[in-house]
Amino acid sequence: MIRFEPREPASLPRLILIPVAAALIALLLAALPISAAGVNVLEAYGLMGKGAFGSLFSFTEMLTRATPLILTGLAAALAFRAKLWNIGAEGQLYAGALAAVAVGTGWIDAPGVILLPLVVFAGALAGGAVMLGPTLLKTRLGVDEVVTTLLLNFVILLFVQMMLEGPMQDPMGMGWPQSEPILDQAILPKLMDRMRIHGGLIIALAAALAIHILLKRTVWGFEIRAVGENASAAAHAGLPVRATFIRVGLLSGALAGLAGVGEVAGLKGYLTADLSPGFGYSGIVVAMLAGLNPIGVVVAALFIASIFVGADSMSRATGVSNYLADLIVAMALISVLVSGLFLRFRIKFIRPHAAAASTQAASQETK
Amino acid sequence: MDFLDIFLNANFWAASLRIATPLIFGVIGALVCERAGVLNLGIEGIFTAGAMAGWMAVWLGAGLWGGVAVAALAGAFFGLIHAILTVPLGLSQHVSGIGVTLFATSLSYFVYRTALPDVSSPPRIEPFKPLDIPGLSDLPFIGPALFQQTALTFLALFVVAATAFVLYRTPLGLAIRAVGDNPSAVESQGLSVYGIRIGAVVAGSALMALGGAFLTMSAFDAFFFGMVNGRGWICIALTVFASWRPGKALLGALLFGAFDAFQVRLQTDVGSFIPGQVFLMMPYILSIAALILVARKADYPRALLVPYFRGQR
Repeated sequence: MIRFEPREPASLPRLILIPVAAALIALLLAALPISAAGVNVLEAYGLMGKGAFGSLFSFTEMLTRATPLILTGLAAALAFRAKLWNIGAEGQLYAGALAAVAVGTGWIDAPGVILLPLVVFAGALAGGAVMLGPTLLKTRLGVDEVVTTLLLNFVILLFVQMMLEGPMQDPMGMGWPQSEPILDQAILPKLMDRMRIHGGLIIALAAALAIHILLKRTVWGFEIRAVGENASAAAHAGLPVRATFIRVGLLSGALAGLAGVGEVAGLKGYLTADLSPGFGYSGIVVAMLAGLNPIGVVVAALFIASIFVGADSMSRATGVSNYLADLIVAMALISVLVSGLFLRFRIKFIRPHAAAASTQAASQETK
Repeated sequence: MDFLDIFLNANFWAASLRIATPLIFGVIGALVCERAGVLNLGIEGIFTAGAMAGWMAVWLGAGLWGGVAVAALAGAFFGLIHAILTVPLGLSQHVSGIGVTLFATSLSYFVYRTALPDVSSPPRIEPFKPLDIPGLSDLPFIGPALFQQTALTFLALFVVAATAFVLYRTPLGLAIRAVGDNPSAVESQGLSVYGIRIGAVVAGSALMALGGAFLTMSAFDAFFFGMVNGRGWICIALTVFASWRPGKALLGALLFGAFDAFQVRLQTDVGSFIPGQVFLMMPYILSIAALILVARKADYPRALLVPYFRGQR
C-alpha cells in the first residue's frame, strides 16, 4: 500500500531537480519510438542535440521557436495559478495575430514608433478579449471554462480562415489564403543579421519578468495566489474573487495574443491559417514543467523549443517522423505531473497489515 | 429554400443519425467516467487513438470487428493511464486529461507516419456496410431514414440502453453513481472506491475509442490527421447538457446530429453568400450555447474532480 504524507514547502534544489528529472525521463522514453522507427537511438539523440545547439544558426532557431512558447507558457502558468483553466491559448494566439495584421497592414499609416506599439497592443487586446468571454461565463453563470476555451480554439481558427479567404486576403497573393504583408515600419526588429531571431524574444522575456514581479510583489499577485489556493476561503476573507479571475483571464489571453503578434510581426510578416503548430497546447506543457513559475517558464520553453527544433532536424536526417517531438512533449507533461508528487508528498510504501494497524491506532486515538 | 423539404427527406434523418453516432459513443463514455467522479479530457486523444488503431488493425487484416476490438483496447489503455494518474495518485484531472490527449494524439500520428512513411493519399479499407434489416429497412420513408445504418450505429444505440440499465438497475451502477457523489459512503460499505473509479474510467474510455473507430471504419474508410476535429470536446459539453443521464445524452447527440445535417443542407442553398466557415463554426458555437443554457441548473456529480484518498475524510 502506498501512503502520501504532505511535505513542507519544497526546497529550491528539489523544485529544480524534479522537472529536470521529468524532462530527462521523457527524453529517455523517446528511445522506444525512435528504435521502433528503426533508427540508432544514440545517433538520433546526437542529431537532435546538434539540431538545436550545433551552430549559431540552430541556436537562434531554437530561441526563435522558444519565443511564442514562453508567452503561451506564461499565459497558462498565470491562469493555472488562479486555477482558471485557460486551454484556449491557441485561439488567443490566432486572435492576437489577426489583430496585429488588421492594424499593421496599412489600415493606419503611421511611423513605426506609433504603429509598432499599436500592433503589439492590438494583439494583446484581442487575445485578452477572447479570454474575457469564457472568464465572464465562468464567474457569472458557472460555465466550465475548460470546455468553452477549448471549443473557442476551433471557432477562432475558422474565423481566421474566413477572414483570410475573404476581407483580409492579400489581393497580390495569387489567390492563396494569406493576409497582406505587415508594413515595414511595424515589423519587430531582427536581433541578429541573417538570422530569424526577432524582437518578440525581448517582449517574451520582459513579460516573464513582469509576471514574476506581479505574482511575487503586488497585491494583485497575492490575490491571484490566494484565489488559486482556495477560492471560497479567499471569498470569505473578503478578497475580490471575481475581479481576480477577470484580471487573470484578460492578462492570460493578452500573453497568448502577444505570442501571435511575435509570430506575424516578428517571424512571418503576414498571417496564414497554419501560423501555429500547436504553440497554445505546448504552452500548457511549458507551464507545468516550470511548476507555474514565470522564470521557470523561460527555461522550460527553451527545453521544449530545443525538442521541436532538434527533432525537426533529426527527422530530416533520419526519416523518423517529426511527430516524435509532440510525443516527447506529451510524455514530459505526464512525467512532470507524476514526479510532482515527490514535491508535495513524502511517499511511503507500507505493508498492508502495518497499514491496517496504523489506521486502527489512529481510530483508537480519535476515541 | 424550403425548410420543409429538408425534413421530409429520408436522407436528412439518416444523416442525422450517422453524424450523431460517434457523439453517442463519446457522450456515453464521458458520462460513465464523470458519474464515477472523474472528468476525462483525454477524450479528444482517445477518439484519435481509436480511429487510428481500429483502422490500422483492419488495414493489417484483422477484420472489421477485430478492428473495433483493437480500438476499444487502445481506448482502455489510455483510459487506464488517466485513471492511474487521477484516482490513486489524485493528480489534477484537467492537466492529466490534457496530457492523455496530447500523448494519445501524438502517439497515433507517430505510429501512422512510421507505418506509412510516404503515402500521398491515405490507404483505404473496406468499411462497415449499411445493414439490411428484413422488413424494417424496406419500409417507405422510415426504412431509409432510420434502418439503413451500419452495425456500429446500432451498437451505439444498444450501448445507451445498456448503460442506462447498468447505471440505474444494477448494484454496480449504484456503486458507480455513489463513488461520483459520496465516495466515503462507498468505502464504508466495504467496496473499493479506487477499483470502481478505475474500472469506470477504463470502460468509458473504451467507449470513447469506439466513437473514433466509427469515423475511420464507417463514416469514412481511411485515417486523416486532425479528423477528430474537436468531436471529443463537443462530447464533454454534451455530457453537461445531458445532466449526466444516458437518455438525455442520446437525445442531445441526436439533436446535435440533426442540426449538423440541417446546416449542411442549408449550406447548399445559402452557401453562395455566407462563407462556408460560418457553417463549420456552428457545432462549436452550438456546444457553447448548450453549456450556457444548462449552466444554472447543471447538477454535477458532487465528487466530480475531487480526488479520494483512502482513510481521509
